[in-house]
Amino acid sequence: METSLDPDTVMTLEAFADTIVPGNKRFPEDRAIAGVSSDGGAVAAGALELLQHPAGGLAEWLPGLAQLLNGHAQGYQQEKGMPAGDAAPPFVTLSYSDRAALILRLTALDNPERQGWVNLVMFSNMAFDSAAHLHTTEALAAGHPGLLTLGFAPPDPDGLWRFERFSYQRPLAAIHPATTDAGNPS
Amino acid sequence: MTAAEKTDVLVIGSGFGGAITAYHLAAGGARVLVLERGPWLAAAEFDQDFKLGSSSTRIFDFTVGDGMSVLSGNCVGGGSVVYFATMPRAPRYTFERQGSLGRRMWPAAINRDSLDPWYDRVTEALPVSEQRWQTLPYSGGLWAAACDRAGHTCNPVPAAVDVSLCTNCNWMMSGCKFDAKRSLLLNYLPAAVAHGAEIRPLHEVQHISRVEPTGNFRVHYNVLDEVDYRQVIESGTVDAKIVVVAAGTAATPLILRRSEQYLGSLPNAVGRYFSGNGERLNTAVLDEDRVRDLLGLDRGDGVAFEAGQIGRGPVAACWDWLDGSLPEHERFSLEQLYFPPGLGTILAQAPDADEPSWFGREKKEMLRRWKSWLTIFTMSEDDNEGVFGPPPPTGNAMRVSQQMFGMSPLRYRPTENTLRGWAKSDAAVRDILERDGLARVRPWTNDVVGAYTVHPLSSCRIGDDPATSALDDRHELRGHPGIFVTDGSAVPGALTVNPALTISALAERAIPHIVRAAQERGVDVRYGAPTPAAETSSASSRPAVRTH
Repeated sequence: METSLDPDTVMTLEAFADTIVPGNKRFPEDRAIAGVSSDGGAVAAGALELLQHPAGGLAEWLPGLAQLLNGHAQGYQQEKGMPAGDAAPPFVTLSYSDRAALILRLTALDNPERQGWVNLVMFSNMAFDSAAHLHTTEALAAGHPGLLTLGFAPPDPDGLWRFERFSYQRPLAAIHPATTDAGNPS
Repeated sequence: MTAAEKTDVLVIGSGFGGAITAYHLAAGGARVLVLERGPWLAAAEFDQDFKLGSSSTRIFDFTVGDGMSVLSGNCVGGGSVVYFATMPRAPRYTFERQGSLGRRMWPAAINRDSLDPWYDRVTEALPVSEQRWQTLPYSGGLWAAACDRAGHTCNPVPAAVDVSLCTNCNWMMSGCKFDAKRSLLLNYLPAAVAHGAEIRPLHEVQHISRVEPTGNFRVHYNVLDEVDYRQVIESGTVDAKIVVVAAGTAATPLILRRSEQYLGSLPNAVGRYFSGNGERLNTAVLDEDRVRDLLGLDRGDGVAFEAGQIGRGPVAACWDWLDGSLPEHERFSLEQLYFPPGLGTILAQAPDADEPSWFGREKKEMLRRWKSWLTIFTMSEDDNEGVFGPPPPTGNAMRVSQQMFGMSPLRYRPTENTLRGWAKSDAAVRDILERDGLARVRPWTNDVVGAYTVHPLSSCRIGDDPATSALDDRHELRGHPGIFVTDGSAVPGALTVNPALTISALAERAIPHIVRAAQERGVDVRYGAPTPAAETSSASSRPAVRTH
């Protein structure tokens, strides 16, 4: 992927997105991906593409957010008495559980700077759950890991969704005794 | 400087409150101009696509406030284009609600009996039809079967959907590609245009001022870029004798508050008493074997359910708690619902996960079973505890993205009453769906974007008490004759059911009063137009060229 972000920022944001929807390591020495899942997560789904998509409005905030996140990770390490990490961005050096604990803290309702983190969470999620950086038909055709995981049904050949079978076709409960003639609450 | 553009009636917004008003005023002979902040799309332009920039983000508004997020429409047709078209009437007890006032919230002139004739009109116009078991989508059937097994009733809910055209694709929130959903694009709006009303899309009204010495109003708007709504292309004004504000519950009070420095002091209730309709969601992950064994359900192909994606939004509801003998704040409906991935998945919590429950490893495992999700929608009685802070520089939010997503000045902290209703409804959903291991259920988290609503109400409400209502019972803004409000903001409080039909019925009811006010201001207009007729309701009356 072409990106104007520096490698540390990319790695930090990947580690964040991977905590939201975890995936498998792309290569043995992959540090951004914690590797707690057996198949593709938010990063493989395109989280970095979506975060940088001009329509999203987050791109300009990403370097600052990554820097802030690493600052919080450093504080977290100190607070927990963890040894300082190596040269990798501090958030990347955290385990999956510690990354998750820190994100819970950052997104907590009482954190005044929470909105930036919530935005990162939402876009990381959307990359996986709805592939919002891609046309849905193309994402499905390309085997997008998120839509595949959900089992999102493909469209008809014309690219539109229709479900010919959609109903159990029989009454399945008594209706409320006070229902009006037109089917309304009384 | 050129002379100011003039019209008789200026309508802000083209959702239910705006479209119904525009039709009747235009049909009665008034010059009507509708300014709509969103784009004007028709069926051919609705995309079945989650990509940013497709119709799903062009026509939708998602604003995150402090403790409350609001989903609403942003297009010609407003909420009717993006909603699920579920259209029940509000139960009788709703109109007797007291909330925290200690006295009736609704104007004395309005109760279910007095509103029924207005409900009838909208029901005929859209039209709204009764739904049948034979064509009820799987998820509604499943919810009904689960309710039945737990000793509860469950109803197919009236809807403004032509089932014969519906493909059960569940893309309703992106606009209906098949015109099966009877949005305002198919009835009131084309009828209004046929009677001479003009609709200008991408015109976002910012504030209203007064033109002296005429006493007319001057409406100030920005024209927005059709892709990047953060960009203003130009600004302008229109003078009008009557202004109808129907910009939506999350926008109307902000336009009015921004106008206060020009119009003079506003009623205290403008921007207060916001209600999220007591909304709350629970997501169940079903055990497919038990769906078959306990409920006896089979799709005919050996699959019991796995049909979360199939259908047309909410189609079945349990109304057993819509009981006027229950204490206020403990009444609610439980409606099966579909939300697309993204909006419909982010806040769901993995039923058996420790922290984190709404993201992470366990949540991903929950997503693997998405086809077996059943989401249940609570509409309860909250406490009108939402308050809008000062308006942002433009529009109703500080826009973050080009489209859809922004930060709102709305603040909401649920009271004990609201929390009690949610807890009781959560317990009811669990009792129905967790019996004998049918499913595992957990409510959506409120820890990310606060509470949320797709049915914002009451931020500029009608009432008899000037201290707690912004509008009198004719929907006129107190102290500002000639300004009316006809959208969801006028509804006094949560309804415990989907509110669109009630919003529409109230708008229909307000029309004779608006007509009278227009006549008093010298507008040659009569009241009495029939329900929008078929010949004036074709979808073809949109101008070929978008008006900028």
